[in-house]
Amino acid sequence: MSQSLFTYTLRLADDLLILSQRLGEWCGHGPVLEEDIALTNRALDHLGEARNLLTYAGQVEGKGRSEDDLAYLRMERQFTNVKLVEQPNGDYAHTIVRSFLFDAYHLPLMQALTKSNDEQLAAIAGKSVKEATYHLRHSSEWLIRFGDGTEESHQRAQAALDDLWTCTGELFETDAVLEEMTKAGIAPDIATIKEAWSRTVDQVLSEATLKRPADAFMMTGGRKGLHSEYMGFILAEMQHVTRAYPGVEW
Amino acid sequence: MKDPEIPAINVLELGVVRGVEVEESGKAIITITPTYTGCPAMDVMAADIKKELLEAGVPEVEVKMSLAPAWTTDWITDEGKRKLKEYGIAPPEKTADIRALKGEQPVVACPQCGSKNTVLLSLFGSTACKALWKCQDCLEPFDQFKCL
Repeated sequence: MSQSLFTYTLRLADDLLILSQRLGEWCGHGPVLEEDIALTNRALDHLGEARNLLTYAGQVEGKGRSEDDLAYLRMERQFTNVKLVEQPNGDYAHTIVRSFLFDAYHLPLMQALTKSNDEQLAAIAGKSVKEATYHLRHSSEWLIRFGDGTEESHQRAQAALDDLWTCTGELFETDAVLEEMTKAGIAPDIATIKEAWSRTVDQVLSEATLKRPADAFMMTGGRKGLHSEYMGFILAEMQHVTRAYPGVEW
Repeated sequence: MKDPEIPAINVLELGVVRGVEVEESGKAIITITPTYTGCPAMDVMAADIKKELLEAGVPEVEVKMSLAPAWTTDWITDEGKRKLKEYGIAPPEKTADIRALKGEQPVVACPQCGSKNTVLLSLFGSTACKALWKCQDCLEPFDQFKCL
């Protein structure tokens, strides 16, 4: 039970930690100043949420690992985030579509988690849900602007959507861990999250005049620690200071 | 004890102090709640509270972080909101803004000239808790404390 709770909490944390790291790459490179600030603010929100979850995961595990130990001292195979969040920033359409597909999943998940039988997860979700609402609004507005904008922006948004769609299957995968958590009333039924996600996607894509790609090949493996070729580079950047100077402080 | 990022307002006015307990030994336990999950000012606030109390002669201080119930901008006191406005930040409206949650724009008055002819420039501002607006009448850009 506690092993499954640890694994489940870590999955929630890793999605946010890696997405935060990706969004942080935009710092100083945003297309306009306001968006530079927006993306780094979002990165900060995701990081804060990841910190709460990592700290809790460490407590559940009971081996004395801190949030920093879990973030900086695990190897690639031990990270359990979905592949969606590790995909490169690409052009701005890619960054926005990646966040939109995640936000549309993250918001209903956090809403449902506020009713979790696990008090700490419910408390963390209660805090996150307000920010998640704000994030979805931000990514939806940009996606609509791109899709319903110029021919060029429409084409780029559609290309990003077609490209990243193969990463969406993983968000709703089930396995023994998730089934156990759902049965215990800790995790919500993932099928209901998928319905909510699907409704949001349809609604925003229709307003953006974009076409929902057909479900075909879907990537998998992230939850088991099998990542795309990008993951190692993300971790190298994120972990190299801690690994080069163990215990460093400033 | 001021908010390190908005030095116009103190931690009580901001509504982040949720509990103060003093044990028989004289040890003080202060419970605070984060405004935004990723707000970097929280660690500074916790450290500042500890330092101030120790300097004031409290023998032992513990600062606890509590997540639930989640902080809302409704916990900012009226005095706090007045000070925010004086400082040039449009205060959050009352109600944990249902319109904002539904994606509708709130009407925000310019803290400089009071005009309601304002426009949202960016959902995200200079700190995690603020959005960036501009007044169409006096043309001043200004921060707005986001409603949560």
